[in-house]
Amino acid sequence: MNILVCITHVPDTTSKIKFTAENTQLDKTGVQFIIGPYDDYALARAVELKEETGGSITVLNVGEAETEPTLRKALAIGADEAIRVNAFPKDAYFVAEQIAHQAKEKEYDMILMGRESIDFNGGMVHGMVGELLAIPSVSPVMKLELEGETARLDREIEGGKEFIEVALPFIAGCQEPIAEWKIPNMRGIMSARTKPLTVVDAVSVDQRTETRTYELPEPKGEVKIVENVDQLVELLKNDAKIL
Amino acid sequence: MSILVYIEQDQGKIKSSSLEAVSYASALSERSGGKVSVLGLGTIAEEDWAQLGQAGAEAIYHVADERLNSGVIQAHAHMIALVYQQVNASTLVLAKSALGDAVAARLAVKLNAGLVSNVVGLPELSDGFVVKRSIFTGKAFVDTAIPTENRILAIKKNTQPIKTDGTAVIVEKLTLELPESVFAAKITGKEKASGEILLPEADIVVSGGRGLNGPENWGMIEDLADSLHAARGCSKPVSDLGWRPHHEHVGQTGVKVAPSLYIAIAISGAIQHLAGVNASRHIVVINKDPEAPFFKAADYGIVGDAFEIVPKLTKAIKALKQ
Ligand SMILES: Cc1cc2nc3c(=O)[nH]c(=O)nc-3n(C[C@H](O)[C@H](O)[C@H](O)COP(=O)(O)OP(=O)(O)OC[C@H]3O[C@@H](n4cnc5c(N)ncnc54)[C@H](O)[C@@H]3O)c2cc1C
Ligand SMILES: Nc1ncnc2c1ncn2[C@@H]1O[C@H](COP(=O)(O)O)[C@@H](O)[C@H]1O
Repeated sequence: MNILVCITHVPDTTSKIKFTAENTQLDKTGVQFIIGPYDDYALARAVELKEETGGSITVLNVGEAETEPTLRKALAIGADEAIRVNAFPKDAYFVAEQIAHQAKEKEYDMILMGRESIDFNGGMVHGMVGELLAIPSVSPVMKLELEGETARLDREIEGGKEFIEVALPFIAGCQEPIAEWKIPNMRGIMSARTKPLTVVDAVSVDQRTETRTYELPEPKGEVKIVENVDQLVELLKNDAKIL
Repeated sequence: MSILVYIEQDQGKIKSSSLEAVSYASALSERSGGKVSVLGLGTIAEEDWAQLGQAGAEAIYHVADERLNSGVIQAHAHMIALVYQQVNASTLVLAKSALGDAVAARLAVKLNAGLVSNVVGLPELSDGFVVKRSIFTGKAFVDTAIPTENRILAIKKNTQPIKTDGTAVIVEKLTLELPESVFAAKITGKEKASGEILLPEADIVVSGGRGLNGPENWGMIEDLADSLHAARGCSKPVSDLGWRPHHEHVGQTGVKVAPSLYIAIAISGAIQHLAGVNASRHIVVINKDPEAPFFKAADYGIVGDAFEIVPKLTKAIKALKQ
């Protein structure tokens, strides 16, 4: 089983988001970067599948040199090799074209991604890659079991789940509880240093969207603390005009 | 050049987020011109169609094929692309949802379209076609230009009020061929509570956290939710512990909600939970710890024991509604 896992390099979920350069760039000072939490679930499931069936895991990121520590962490968790497509990830379509290009050359049995990135939250890259490679894409996937050349997936739907059967190869956008996040152990960290991390050039892609200026939400007003439920109901009725 | 809106149904009813998408398209056409056509797939209740005309649809197409009732992503994308070309559209509008996202992504490739998701407002047209979208799970916004000829906009909930003053439109039935290949990912079954208010669609959400101590204490949460006609949510530990089903989990790694009212009961307000609720119009927090971080993100708060306060609140709301 050869699995490709696509990971993002994103600000830690506790980060305070700020911008610089007249609100055209993310201010990275003091921000810690992590593997996207959904991508971490995808990677964790890939490691389990490899334990069950053998094979190899490749992790891929489209990003600049700063993302390499994040790729090394994925190697420490259990991936066998890493690919960095050396380019700023301009938008979902740009990233999808890069992933599709890499996947065409290698023919993976399965491509696992996160349900969505936590920076741009598009939830788009897996579907785009699926269409570019003309294979099924399923998201959000909360369970993934293999039976030979067939995979059984649970896809979360509003208010429940759907059961899906799909032949290899396919793409899944993963979310919990597909697997438990894995923490790298000492042996993993040591061996990650010598595992291959290949840097490749990006293919050129027409620009489909263009990010301009960033903006922060309006600060929240003071909370009104009330003493009892009657006061609360009163506020909901006359202040918020909800009830 | 026209606008096509893809609408979703749930158990045969048109979703309210889809009515918002139609209203968005109608407001867009007032700015940029273009006829608003709507496409519905699968079984949809007869009495629901009128709402689409009211929301601003000028033409309605329906493919009644039952195989399209569930989330067959490739089949939906295939159908939408056919109709998009047939109505000579240049913009596709849909509501952001798990299915909408998956379908839109495939369509962006099929239609060579620039796709923007999480759109939170109508476009600025003075310097290209520029829409604002929500990013970093609601912690920021960014203006995004779409220079391509074809565009897809996935609209975040609560962006556009539902329009109700449009005129009636006749529904045109379409029969279009679906190749077998679009059913490569085969849906073999489904598990879903019927009649439940869908969390991402709900106008009011009542959520409980680990402070409630166990699943046996959810009765009062359900009573409060029922009295408000609200959907139920929970924090991550609650679904991790199996107290509540995963589809109720709200936050960074769960469902993102944007209701008019979010009531958080015995939830501390960790930043990852707030990421899923920061688009709510009003937030009420009930927590026994006055220092709980959630109060900083709230509009209204009560400091106290949920086991005392929640039943009283339910009673007060029931009294009000009588
Ligand atoms: C990468 C990442 C992603 C995450 N994603 C999510 C996510 O999507 N959603 C999410 O929710 N969390 C998420 N978390 C977890 C998050 O950090 C918190 O651990 C979690 O939200 C805490 O849940 P809680 O508030 O229910 O529990 P607790 O933190 O245990 O808080 C319980 C609260 O209940 C109050 N309480 C106790 N008893 C009573 C009572 N009788 N009456 C009133 N109040 C009472 C307490 O004062 C306390 O504030 C994520 C964490 C990480 C690292
Ligand atoms: N720059 C990137 N490099 C590699 N994979 C990515 C990148 N951006 C997004 N992905 C993958 O695509 C998934 C969905 O991302 P998005 O469409 O941005 O929400 C992520 O969870 C990743 O698995």
